[in-house]
Amino acid sequence: MAASWSLSGALKSMFARDTIDADTWNDLEDAMISADFGPDITESVIDELRASVAKFRTDDPADLKRMLRETLEERLARLDPTLTLSARPAVVLVVGVNGVGKTTTIGKFTKFLVGHGRSVVVGAADTFRAAAVEQLATWAERGGASIVRPQQQGQDPASVAFQTVERAQRDGIDIAIIDTAGRLQTKSGLMDELGKIRRVVEKQTEIAEVLLVLDATTGQNGVAQAEAFIQHAGVTGLVITKLDGSAKGGFVLAVQERTGIPIKLVGQGEGINDLTGFTPHVYVQGLIG
Amino acid sequence: MATFGNLTDRLADTFKNLRGKGKLSEADVDGTVREIRRALLEADVALEVVKQFTGRVRERALGHEVSAALNPAQQVVQIVNDELVTILGGEARRIQFAKNPPTVIMLAGLQGAGKTTLAGKLSKWLAADGHTPLLVAADLQRPNAVTQLQVVAEQAGVAVFAPEPGNGKGDPVKVSKQAMKFAKDKQHDVVIIDTAGRLGVDAELMKQAANIRKAVDPDEVLFVIDAMIGQDAVTTARAFQEGVDFTGVVLSKLDGDARGGAALSVASITGRPIMFASTGEGLDDFEPFHPDRMASRILDLGDILTLIETAQKTFDEEESRKVAEKFATDTFTLDDFLQQMQQLKNMGSIKGMLGMLPGAKGMREQLDNFDESEITRTEAIIQSMTKQERTTPKLLNGSRRVRIARGSGTTVTEVNALVNRFEQAAKMMKTVAKGGVPQIPGMGPIPGGHGGKSSKKNQKKKGSKSGNPAKRAAEDAARAQGAVAPSAPSGSGFGLGGAKAPAGGPSPEELESLQKFLGR
Repeated sequence: MAASWSLSGALKSMFARDTIDADTWNDLEDAMISADFGPDITESVIDELRASVAKFRTDDPADLKRMLRETLEERLARLDPTLTLSARPAVVLVVGVNGVGKTTTIGKFTKFLVGHGRSVVVGAADTFRAAAVEQLATWAERGGASIVRPQQQGQDPASVAFQTVERAQRDGIDIAIIDTAGRLQTKSGLMDELGKIRRVVEKQTEIAEVLLVLDATTGQNGVAQAEAFIQHAGVTGLVITKLDGSAKGGFVLAVQERTGIPIKLVGQGEGINDLTGFTPHVYVQGLIG
Repeated sequence: MATFGNLTDRLADTFKNLRGKGKLSEADVDGTVREIRRALLEADVALEVVKQFTGRVRERALGHEVSAALNPAQQVVQIVNDELVTILGGEARRIQFAKNPPTVIMLAGLQGAGKTTLAGKLSKWLAADGHTPLLVAADLQRPNAVTQLQVVAEQAGVAVFAPEPGNGKGDPVKVSKQAMKFAKDKQHDVVIIDTAGRLGVDAELMKQAANIRKAVDPDEVLFVIDAMIGQDAVTTARAFQEGVDFTGVVLSKLDGDARGGAALSVASITGRPIMFASTGEGLDDFEPFHPDRMASRILDLGDILTLIETAQKTFDEEESRKVAEKFATDTFTLDDFLQQMQQLKNMGSIKGMLGMLPGAKGMREQLDNFDESEITRTEAIIQSMTKQERTTPKLLNGSRRVRIARGSGTTVTEVNALVNRFEQAAKMMKTVAKGGVPQIPGMGPIPGGHGGKSSKKNQKKKGSKSGNPAKRAAEDAARAQGAVAPSAPSGSGFGLGGAKAPAGGPSPEELESLQKFLGR
């Protein structure tokens, strides 16, 4: 499964040149825009690099490449990507727009936690989409977690969330993960529903993490998504999924810088083990090569 | 922060700078083109598409047609719009049905693009047209995709063929083949195959999709793509074109606030038409794609046609005729007012509707602050009145108002405000219904050209609607209702107030160009 396009590929011609010239900058700009960094971040990174190049009086593209890597790594590493799951039970709320991979992420996350000796209960608070509960149940079974199902079709998601946390408290389960229905950030009614879930759970215990799942193929709309979900759900961390595709998800840098919310997890495949913590170094390595 | 809003806002800003000038210099054009480029990039249009696009716009903007035009800025808008429509495919194409049924439609796309949901919508839409679609569960990958399809099929009231339980078991190619036989036996005239989501880079799964295609020889292969996708749209679209060679594109999640980029990129790169747009989670949120409307939307000329269609669908004609009569004869009561408002509410989110109006960009912030529950409150106030009070608002003395306020859980001030506005509205609608231009009392100085504008707008609607006087009156009324509200302190009462008013606010230039587009 080799990526057919990569920033490194796009940058190859640029770094193959002997000196840094106008074309180099143009190529760099094109490459960054193609990786979804967006015009703003691209511009600011390039300005920064131009200043560095002038400061160090270099015209070797190899230097530029190193500087690019350092700049991106530094920008991505500004925030702490560690998950805080020390509370018992640690409640994790998973939110996002439709089809970004929330349920799949929960499946993988469960497996990861169970693998580290934690007991997990998942709550199927996506009572809206057809067969979402069954999809989560399959994942829970694969991951080795118990599941709290809604008692009837179309039940209030907040009550499912409540029951999930209740079960975790009663049975002494370490971590409760709550799956919510996908919703576009423009649907104010649905966004309010998220606020309600949050309020209901907060009455029982503190919410350890609210994870916003973002699809790597998303473009600049990712920023709008993040802002809306932060406002309504109090997001504490980002999860980027589908990074195994050809999309590089450069917009997450914009999201992270604009909102101050760190990227915490990365999903790269449909297998149950394809979820890792976020390391800026590895991410940038994959981006630039 | 709406991505899409940025595109339109930015173009508008750029053109504002051009407006004052009689003639465009090369530097002016370059500046504009740079802004267009940036705006398109921010809207996630793929870089190579942006480059081609801006190249063409620049060439045409420097040509004779612009320098000779009276208003060059408008000419540039026209060019950008033309080019957008050209790329988006000019005319909307419809599904090609097979001469010998069943017609086979195969769906393909990335994970989470919305294929399964679309399968349901498409089947419901076809069933409503008198077809007998069969849904085929060939997504055997994702846990419980088969179950989801079965549920969707049940909701849509169509048949489903799902011989395999899925969850990684079974061969989708075999299922598709069996489905063809099943459809022929059971006389289904359309077969819709829901395949698993796959990444463009996954060679193995792409081959499987190609095999399904080979096995069933579909009449249409629809590529479902998320409207929110970024620069990767190009790579993905190319991969799918090579892999399964789709014949048409469906844009999903168009109800979000990202809608510019992907449509332009995919249509431009693959040359395949965008056939449908998916605009919500309900099975009815599905419509044929209108390239010309999309282009107008990008230029913030508003999606007037869709708005009119929505309005026509929702407004009860008989009802509207009665109301129009009432306006003219001065027997418009609070009851009618309530009904009007409920009809407006039926039309769906007012915010959504306002977004379709031209010049809506300036009011986006206001829209965000706009509270739709104001309408509910107004409803409560009116419903707390007696029959008599509703027909003769003059009865409403102090103690009655206190009672109403208590009954509706509001304050006397709110009741007062509502009654005042109702009176103004009634007066104004009477004028409108008689064909005049409303002079709105208490509205303060009306910005220049306002009156002329609204009459212009009415003309336009006439033009686009082949004259149904009742409906027209109703729409005028709806607009007038909105227009009255700016007099309301901080947009309460009508609720529509603060938000709807700016709808009448596009500049004359914008209106002129809008007229041009609608006239086509």
